[in-house]
Amino acid sequence: MSQPLLEVGGLTVDYIGDNADVRAVDDVTFSLQPGEFLGVVGESGCGKSTMLFAIAQLLSPPAELTAGTVLFRGTDLVRLGEGTLRSVRWRDFSVVMQSAMNALNPMKSIAAQFADTMRAHGMRNDDTVRDRSAEVLRLVGIDSVHLDSYPHQLSGGMRQRAMIAMALLFTPQLVIMDEPTSALDVVAQRSLMTQIKELQRELGFAVLFVTHDMSVVGRYSDRVMVMYAGQVAEIGSTDSVFGSPLHPYTRGLLDAFPSIRGPRRTLAGIPGSPPDLARPPSGCRFHPRCPAVMPRCSVDAPELFHIGDSDVRCLLYQQPLEDTA
Amino acid sequence: MSATNPAPRDDAGVLLRTIGLTRHFKLGGFFSKRSLHAVDDLDLTVHEREIVAVVGESGSGKTTVARLLALVYTPTRGDIVYRGRSVLRLRRRRDLLRYRGEVPMVFQDPYSAMNPVFRVSHGVLRTLALHRPELSKAQRHQEAVRVFETVGLTPAADMLRKFPYEMSGGQRQRVGFAAALALGPKLILADEPVSMLDVSIRAGILNILTRLRDEQGVSILYITHDIASARYVADRIVVMYAGHAVESGPTEVVLGRPKHPYTQLLLSAVADPKDRAVAVSSDTGEPPRVIDPGEGCRFRWRCPLAVDTCSTLTPRPRPMGPGHEAACHVAVPEAESSLDIAAVG
Repeated sequence: MSQPLLEVGGLTVDYIGDNADVRAVDDVTFSLQPGEFLGVVGESGCGKSTMLFAIAQLLSPPAELTAGTVLFRGTDLVRLGEGTLRSVRWRDFSVVMQSAMNALNPMKSIAAQFADTMRAHGMRNDDTVRDRSAEVLRLVGIDSVHLDSYPHQLSGGMRQRAMIAMALLFTPQLVIMDEPTSALDVVAQRSLMTQIKELQRELGFAVLFVTHDMSVVGRYSDRVMVMYAGQVAEIGSTDSVFGSPLHPYTRGLLDAFPSIRGPRRTLAGIPGSPPDLARPPSGCRFHPRCPAVMPRCSVDAPELFHIGDSDVRCLLYQQPLEDTA
Repeated sequence: MSATNPAPRDDAGVLLRTIGLTRHFKLGGFFSKRSLHAVDDLDLTVHEREIVAVVGESGSGKTTVARLLALVYTPTRGDIVYRGRSVLRLRRRRDLLRYRGEVPMVFQDPYSAMNPVFRVSHGVLRTLALHRPELSKAQRHQEAVRVFETVGLTPAADMLRKFPYEMSGGQRQRVGFAAALALGPKLILADEPVSMLDVSIRAGILNILTRLRDEQGVSILYITHDIASARYVADRIVVMYAGHAVESGPTEVVLGRPKHPYTQLLLSAVADPKDRAVAVSSDTGEPPRVIDPGEGCRFRWRCPLAVDTCSTLTPRPRPMGPGHEAACHVAVPEAESSLDIAAVG
């Protein structure tokens, strides 16, 4: 296996509070191969967006990266100064934000916003800028006449595509996406995802894709990471996570979706609601809601156990030899 | 396989019916002639003890339908008939109050639907005092406990004392249903009641919908963009596109044998976590034109089957099978033979 493009190790982010700090991302470790599509799923407040911001070094107070490394092609982004970081960010990895439709400046045409980005990274020739802008816009399926359009003249799906075009201006090796499709209707969503996959095949960049929607991840990603309460609950290939989910939370998530095909089944959902990270439950953080809870789950905090080609944070998978309870 | 009963065609068991319900919004300044057609010529029927799902994408007019039925908007044209009487002709405060009590609304966002400075019991008790003045204070409290227990907020006495901020989104949405239930409703208008909730708690709310129908005999108009959840709860489905009802019928028939090209597109786009095949289509999901749309089918720009008639004549709903209608010039009804079989069987 080639060297990973991105290696995140022990990443920990705290929101610094007046009374107590809230640990939003707790010791997250994973790696991403070049050209790979990793889907990160979790419910609101599980730390998935905070984790992306931490990887892109875009955290702002009160959030603080308190531990961990983010090795991007061997360089630790955490230790880079703002100046060096600025030259790497967007050239080598770019970010597509949630509700990208609002991330575009309403006062500027698409061309002007693309030009800003390119000039900031040292591309000064007006013709090159114009050509490249038209090129990336065509890549995402938008006619280049829209270069002179303003964001309000584009539909939600087109704005989202324009944001992705902007992220591809420098043909980065990694594109980080935070729920890029959640504000879109299903048809537009499907179309955008198909496009992202095609571009990825064509240009070979890796994607780190955060969403709350299991079904999007199931269709399009190579590997899946399920987060719960700031921690990795399960990570593995899409086939194994969807085919034979290990963590009770993953199973619950998969069973919480009604299906449009096959027989109608009664859905159980997951009882309770996600924990308040200011006061995380003792032991395993999922134990108050877990259908497979054991007495020691409220005492012992599970580590990640390696099962098959997945890693899972659940005491069910602890080797019996270590079982002293 | 054909376990679905055709909807009754006569007026027996009809709770609410809309006739040519239309709502346009004027755009621009005083002299502007432009108008946005949010809902056009909608004939919708809700029977007793029935969950009807109105499914559509953003801008399809589904929320406008709920607001028209809740008398938040006045229709531009058309009528709403509730239990045989036109709701739009109700003038007396008592009659309007009764209609609003029997047809309450549950909102999409449980975070902003409650007054944050009062305990959650406040809203429920006040509603009871307004709509059911015959109850004593103790009875009102008893009733609040009963509806809280019905929607799974237990122990009800403790839950009633909480402030909204002490509750999770799912619990707040249950309070919304409890408040609606306190009115002794016949038809609950539920506008995207689960779309703001986390996936793991959606199922619980959806199960409340079916429980209210089965145990309390309440009908529900379930407004959603999520076809899969509509299938999970609804007896019948109405698919809306650009203000028109393009297809309606028993849930399993509409989803199993969709006739309208838009319904077919929508179904092909739904991602299913357990079915991971990637469907292929070049449709990019551009929103429909609803500002002065003129005559013709509103889906024709995106329709793979469009013919000349589609741009000159607006299609009206046509029968496709028992209780199944589609507004499409091209759609072919179920073969006559299978209709006969259905009629005999």
